[in-house]
Amino acid sequence: MGWNRKVLRVNLTAGTCKAEPLNMKWADEYLGSRGLSAKYLVSEIDPKVDPLSPENKMIMATGPLTGTMASTGGRYTVTTKGALTNAIACSNSGGYFGAEMKFAGWDMIIFEGKSPKPVYLYVENDKAELRDAAHLWGKTCWQTEETIKANHQDPLIRVCSIGGAGENKVMYACIVNDLHRAAGRSGVGAVMGSKNLKAVALRGTKGFSGIKDFPAFMAAANAGKKVLADNAVTGQGLPKYGTQVLMNVINEMGALPTRNHRDVQFEAAGKISGEAMHEKRPTDGKAHLVTNAACFGCTIACGRISKMDETHFSVKNSPQYWGASGGLEYEAAWALGAANGVGDLEALQYANLLCNEHGMDPISFGATVGAAMELQDLGILSKEQIGIDAKFGSAEALCKLVEMTAKGEGFGKELGLGSARMCAKYGKPELSMSVKGQEFPAYDSRGIQGMGLAYATSNRGACHLRGYTVASEVLGIPVKTDPLVTEGKADLVKAFQDATGVFDSAGICVFTSFAWTLADVQPQIQAACEGDWSMEKLNLVGERIWNMERQFNLAAGMTAKDDDLPPRLKNEPAKTGPAKGLVNGIDKMRPEYYKARGWTTSGVPEKETLKRLGL
Amino acid sequence: MQKSLHIDPAKCTGCLQCEMACSYEHTGTFNPSQSRIKVFDFEHEGRKVPYTCTQCADAWCLNACPVDAITMDHVTGAKVVNEATCVGCKVCTIACPFGTVNYVAETGKVQKCDLCGGDPKCVSACPTAAITYVDADWTGLDRMRAWAAKANTTAVAA
Repeated sequence: MGWNRKVLRVNLTAGTCKAEPLNMKWADEYLGSRGLSAKYLVSEIDPKVDPLSPENKMIMATGPLTGTMASTGGRYTVTTKGALTNAIACSNSGGYFGAEMKFAGWDMIIFEGKSPKPVYLYVENDKAELRDAAHLWGKTCWQTEETIKANHQDPLIRVCSIGGAGENKVMYACIVNDLHRAAGRSGVGAVMGSKNLKAVALRGTKGFSGIKDFPAFMAAANAGKKVLADNAVTGQGLPKYGTQVLMNVINEMGALPTRNHRDVQFEAAGKISGEAMHEKRPTDGKAHLVTNAACFGCTIACGRISKMDETHFSVKNSPQYWGASGGLEYEAAWALGAANGVGDLEALQYANLLCNEHGMDPISFGATVGAAMELQDLGILSKEQIGIDAKFGSAEALCKLVEMTAKGEGFGKELGLGSARMCAKYGKPELSMSVKGQEFPAYDSRGIQGMGLAYATSNRGACHLRGYTVASEVLGIPVKTDPLVTEGKADLVKAFQDATGVFDSAGICVFTSFAWTLADVQPQIQAACEGDWSMEKLNLVGERIWNMERQFNLAAGMTAKDDDLPPRLKNEPAKTGPAKGLVNGIDKMRPEYYKARGWTTSGVPEKETLKRLGL
Repeated sequence: MQKSLHIDPAKCTGCLQCEMACSYEHTGTFNPSQSRIKVFDFEHEGRKVPYTCTQCADAWCLNACPVDAITMDHVTGAKVVNEATCVGCKVCTIACPFGTVNYVAETGKVQKCDLCGGDPKCVSACPTAAITYVDADWTGLDRMRAWAAKANTTAVAA
């Protein structure tokens, strides 16, 4: 119960699709989605494998609450060894694709090997087959989805796919489902592309009946929904402004990384904020934002649907971008905007649309553009090399570079490497604002100290979704902590990391945790899943997942040196704002964190820790 | 008082809780493909529109059924399919101008909205009140109020 107990194993080399029973012992230890798929991955691949080789595997997995009436219960995770990071990757996406997998009767799909030619997987309930994708290769994510639905004469099919970025192995290519939701980070799309797998198309009409106690589950799910509705963040702020509610807040805190982290406040933050998306444009009298939107089962509905200004230079001759489509989330608005010093909302949305259309992570793309702009500013790269004058703040450069990267043209190929490889290539590795090769998201760790530790120790490289201490340090959830100090952050980061592992593995959205604690999730898991799911057990599951991921990374060759921040954040103090004069105290927090984790001083889990966690 | 489902697409976020609730009520499982209410996604306009049976007063499906398997629930006004009587001829699916009666291959019968006996589960599941269950004679009340509010000007004492 909670699971369909069925795994689809697709061998792309041999072209076979086989059903196998879900390992229920592992389900009991790792819950589902992120945790359970990671257990399969670490058990089946050599940690040292080249992420883009056929020996790497890629798993798409649902959780026990995916496809249920739990709020936000529609998520799935793509787990693999990341192309961008060489670390474990587990990228989580909403939309409708995850629930459809559950309704078709599967818990997860494991892809292994490499197809000799482009294929897509078509699943209709129990039936699963690989089909020729020659006609889809070269198409965008949007065209692929439309073509598959048309060819099958079934508008209700749910599709995830890669665009040109995944085909061309842009190192931060993502997998896009339902037009504008994405398993975004770490280059999972490049792994999919390396396997010649263009898309996965699902149709599930079996539904999901694997709930242990339906009446108890409905009561728990309803109680959870009420908590979300009554909370100011999930009930009001996120529906109205989306995650973009944060732009002005974080800027005022002096934690909005600007121009490749040279500054911590962006003078044009207001112009690219959630509030600005509501304002009427002088050109056409319409607001940028059309409506908010929900993923499957979500009662928060933070998603943005926007319409561009048809007179904007980026689209005035491209009517295909005039319709409503996925709008800017905070991270994308930051990466495409503040990180490059670009304060043109329409330009950011154009870049965002192209990221969705061609399947690229806007965070890593935008941050890589920021690094390139700094390289030009320092005279290391010339305008001629880049192909356009990429000075900080240039909306024209942003729009041109997103096209070049999506299509693999000119300097776009260099940008497609990600900032770590690109900066190393030009002799300035320290200018890459990344950890483990993955670019930072939208919080400057000089102004929010705990995030520095969360980034440095994240198992999938710099990421805000592995330990979102912003909740505590900025919003006071569950308790307010001082963002400017390092004290207590080791325990805080560990607690957030472990709890997030459970949210992710349950198949729900981590944004619920603005209002929910694990105590709100526990009754839903308990009612859905067979076995006993106490708070103690869930806490242990979260910690077990974290340590398992850590062990994989260590076996892949990572060390404590990889748990570090770029020198800029350790040596160059914030110039303005409440954090003025501060650097991040990572060197102080890291040893405290290792100790809190029960790891050695070099960051290796102690034997007793592993034993306690059953690893 | 007769009540009626009232749908305001502008409030719909596309979460599909209504489809889930409908399928759970009627099949005991979570299965949107068995839902009697469907949310349509008009991607390029950014609109989501929930759609289901409007319970016509003089119902085409009811009149068309050759075996009288569709009858009116006199309490709710719902036109209800009696599965034991339905022979799966699909004439009602042709008669319905709105497409809200559908054939289910698995059971060999048709299915349509029955207002859950007067407590429509799509309504209680909807987080944004895009689907409400209101006085059938006053489904336009909210819209009238909204327009009245627009016409409202500052009161001036006589």
